[in-house]
Amino acid sequence: MSLSRRENLIGLLFILPAMIVILGVTLQPVVSTFYLSFFDASLSKLTENVFIGFENYLNLLGDKVFWVTIQRTIYFTLVSVGLELLLGLGIAQLIHSRPFGWRFLRISLIIPWAVPTIVNGTMWRWIYNADYGALNGLLYQLGLIDHYVAWLTQPRTAMNLVILADVWHSVPFIALILQAALATLPVELEEAAAVDGANAWQRFALIRLPMLRSAVLVALVIRTVEAFRVFDIIYVITNGGPAFGTTTISFLTYLETFSFGHVGRGAALSFLISLFTLVMAIIYIRFLYRPEERAL
Amino acid sequence: MRHRRNKLLLFALTIPVWLFIYLPVAWLIISSISTRAELLSTPIHWIPQNPTLKNYIDILTPGTATSEVAKTFTITVRNSLLVASSVTVISLLVGSLAAYALSRIRVRFRSGVLIGIMGTRMIPEVSLVIPLYIIAVKVGLYNTPSVLILTYLSFALPFAIWLLVSFFDTIPIELEDAARIDGASHLRTLFAVILPISLPGLVSTALFIFLTAWDEFFFALLFTSTVAAKTVPVAIAEFAGRYVVDVGGMMAGGVIAAIPPVLLSLLFSRYIVSGLTAGAVKG
Amino acid sequence: MKVPFRWISILVILSFVLAACAPAATPAPVKTEAPAPAETQAPAPVKTEAPAPAKTEAPAPVETQPPAEKVTIRVLSMEQAGPTTEEMNSIVDEFNKEHPNVTVLIDYVSYDALHDKITTAMASTPPAYDVFLVDDIWYAEFADKGYLLDATSRITQEMRKGIFEAAWEIPTVGEKVYGMPWLLDQKYFFYNTKILADAGFSAPPKTWEELIEQSKVIKEKGLVEFPIVWSWGQYEAAICDWVTLLYGNGGTIVDEAGKPAFNNEIGVKTLEWMVQSIDDGITNPASISYVEEDVRNVFSQGKAAFASNWNYMFDLVNFQPDQSQVTGQVNMALMPAFAGGGVESATIDGSMGFSVAATSAHPDQAWAYVEYLTSQAVQEKYSEHMLPIWEVSFEGASGEKLANMSDVTKVTVPMFKEQFPFSHVRPKVPFYPEASKALQLALQEALTKLKTPQQALDDAAAKWLQLMK
Repeated sequence: MSLSRRENLIGLLFILPAMIVILGVTLQPVVSTFYLSFFDASLSKLTENVFIGFENYLNLLGDKVFWVTIQRTIYFTLVSVGLELLLGLGIAQLIHSRPFGWRFLRISLIIPWAVPTIVNGTMWRWIYNADYGALNGLLYQLGLIDHYVAWLTQPRTAMNLVILADVWHSVPFIALILQAALATLPVELEEAAAVDGANAWQRFALIRLPMLRSAVLVALVIRTVEAFRVFDIIYVITNGGPAFGTTTISFLTYLETFSFGHVGRGAALSFLISLFTLVMAIIYIRFLYRPEERAL
Repeated sequence: MRHRRNKLLLFALTIPVWLFIYLPVAWLIISSISTRAELLSTPIHWIPQNPTLKNYIDILTPGTATSEVAKTFTITVRNSLLVASSVTVISLLVGSLAAYALSRIRVRFRSGVLIGIMGTRMIPEVSLVIPLYIIAVKVGLYNTPSVLILTYLSFALPFAIWLLVSFFDTIPIELEDAARIDGASHLRTLFAVILPISLPGLVSTALFIFLTAWDEFFFALLFTSTVAAKTVPVAIAEFAGRYVVDVGGMMAGGVIAAIPPVLLSLLFSRYIVSGLTAGAVKG
Repeated sequence: MKVPFRWISILVILSFVLAACAPAATPAPVKTEAPAPAETQAPAPVKTEAPAPAKTEAPAPVETQPPAEKVTIRVLSMEQAGPTTEEMNSIVDEFNKEHPNVTVLIDYVSYDALHDKITTAMASTPPAYDVFLVDDIWYAEFADKGYLLDATSRITQEMRKGIFEAAWEIPTVGEKVYGMPWLLDQKYFFYNTKILADAGFSAPPKTWEELIEQSKVIKEKGLVEFPIVWSWGQYEAAICDWVTLLYGNGGTIVDEAGKPAFNNEIGVKTLEWMVQSIDDGITNPASISYVEEDVRNVFSQGKAAFASNWNYMFDLVNFQPDQSQVTGQVNMALMPAFAGGGVESATIDGSMGFSVAATSAHPDQAWAYVEYLTSQAVQEKYSEHMLPIWEVSFEGASGEKLANMSDVTKVTVPMFKEQFPFSHVRPKVPFYPEASKALQLALQEALTKLKTPQQALDDAAAKWLQLMK
């Protein structure tokens, strides 16, 4: 009894420094932001913050702009994570089949992932430039377009191009996770299935894929949470335009808080984002997580 | 014969992947060694006719005519190195203590603590920034690298604990039982037994944290305005001024900013994979 | 296992070495660079120490503080604020030398970050900066929030009379003056003389209708694909070009009562003209994603015959061969207006101002610096990259000297005087950033055909009315 209490004390002692830091730089700010979300608050010290209860939340929930932005963010999240998963799985499978140069290919995957987001955004913005961009140059010389296209001038196109830039950055992450998971799978089951006459696709879809579930889950949760909060890449490539077509929920929060000075409203927004991401994570875990399959 | 054809087919399939990875990077590098005239030429000059290192020279050995951003770029690289490596070291130290306790010592509320730690990942940066800003100004840390180190710990430390717990969990308990019988304290067990064994885990954790800290833009944008504190992502964004945008400088800056993380990841590539797997095991 | 261990040791050692080096790196090339803000705020140089991670971070070297009355003024400026940073730094040095009891420290951020930096700087007392550079469109907002020192009584008669009257509109909100004007700039009309000559025109267009006519000929002759390029991207830049066109059509953003007027017949017609110019292939369609620098890129390659841009473009496109393919072919002209608009010309006033924080601990010293910076002598001395705000500098001998400074100023100085009377400031409303975003949205919705111009502008007007409450 006293030993276990001592143990517990030592344990807490070990956790203490981490707790202090996390509480100080995470919990305290979160609590004060939550508090601010019930006020008509500005950054200025000179104006009093006025308590307005749930008005910030109610205003947001009744605002068309908010819902359109949420929709847009969900579109960004679904399409980019979906594409990343699909391509990631394909690439992982490809590397797993060990084509010529697969080791080098696997290492190369790290490059897009390690390139800083700001550099990534800057690079793609330059590639998409309507008059001097490499995308137009390439497509034109390949004969795929007969005149230069102004890429970032239609909301939907701009959104898809931002997604492409994000996919370039994040596919490697998913491909690497899945490839690592593939490498640990037992081959016996598939060999048996092959003997029974299952074709390659059946083997992949019915045997391999289910075994990858927990790796896929991890990739999905991490990437969904990240994608839902996308900010940097949009700030650099489109600044939310054209016609707000690439304004996601984080970008809107940034605008509300820092450009418009509605700190309370921004705080409420950021709480709604947290709520959304939490709900998504729970849904994923509910549908995909099987506790008995803890190991890969 | 058929086997051979399959091999060829497989290789053919990798070609789009190769292009997808390397074309954008190649264009980044080419842009960084092109003159402005070549950058703006149509049809596009895929291979610069007059390649120049001017953009790099401007950054590395600034002359009088170089822009303010290019001139101070190396200082921001140093700031970034300082911030990223401090965050890494602190997270590893503090994080491994906590992770050890969570993994080995029977602590009450273990799963609660772990879920709480995972929960911090759901918090958007924007919801932290204003209170952090106010604190930073109050304690006189605004505009210093320290404020970035502190704020980056908000995402680095939970991440470190999470990863390290999953690494420590894979270490057979018998190993340290031996040490414990010898009467070693927890602290000594941690440093003498656990940490050396989980070196790969430490390396991959360190790598992930370093990369994330190097990458961070939002906090840095809002918390720093002096050269003494600005980090590389901020400097890159600043190549776009109110009027002139120094495209070549921006591209060269981008290449330089990408070198440390890319190099580190390539050097430790196998730890990245093991880190990803370990993170995955936990789900 | 050994190799990685070596690596990690190297990493750890490296990080500590770097940490140790850091303070040395701080005061590196920029002489006026500041250590930590803590030291500037109070005469007592007690440095509040950081908690846990402080051990990796040596405290910044504490300056030896001479007599107690010595104060530090922190200035927030931006890169490309007219004079180069070298010039700005030497102005600071000169001021510091003349004022032994004041130390001015200056920081530069990018324009895009400036607004948010000022807002966040004011979140603490005393503020992180005593003096800042304020864009024209932020004055009402900052004044409303109480950020700015009311300087009305500090403006002398000599200043009032000597400085361009229109320049006073920049830092003035209501009856009060909140700072000194700085960086007088407006959008100018640029044209490529060679393309015009090839198309058979001897003079630039005086009206936008004439511009369309000339553009059609230029397009038909295949001289360029899209004769004019604009900065209509979702930034303030779009508003600037639109204001130029709107006021050139006899329109206004708000009426006398301060209510939105941009969605009346004139406003809608103007926006329809913009949409039509894209449909007709006269405006470069990429303009919808462009900012000023993209305009320069296109124009500098001879891919456009006309452009609207700030003063900075002239030197770069006409005199810098490494920046431009059209050197020697570029000229500036009075911004055209619409034939039926009843005005000769109209353009956007894009000037800025320097102001003192209302909560600054040393408002007098801070104002002294602002006054020094904007004084006639300093302005004339550093006029190579920025035209003075002093009207008297443009007159008589000093005016001649100003114009004859370089080939650039030979054109820009007379052009400035000619264009400035037609320059319009945007409405001074405290909610401007939000109103502007609503307007940017309206313009973009119309340009991308998501809405009709009427519908888009009506929606923006509704938003504007809502913000007025």
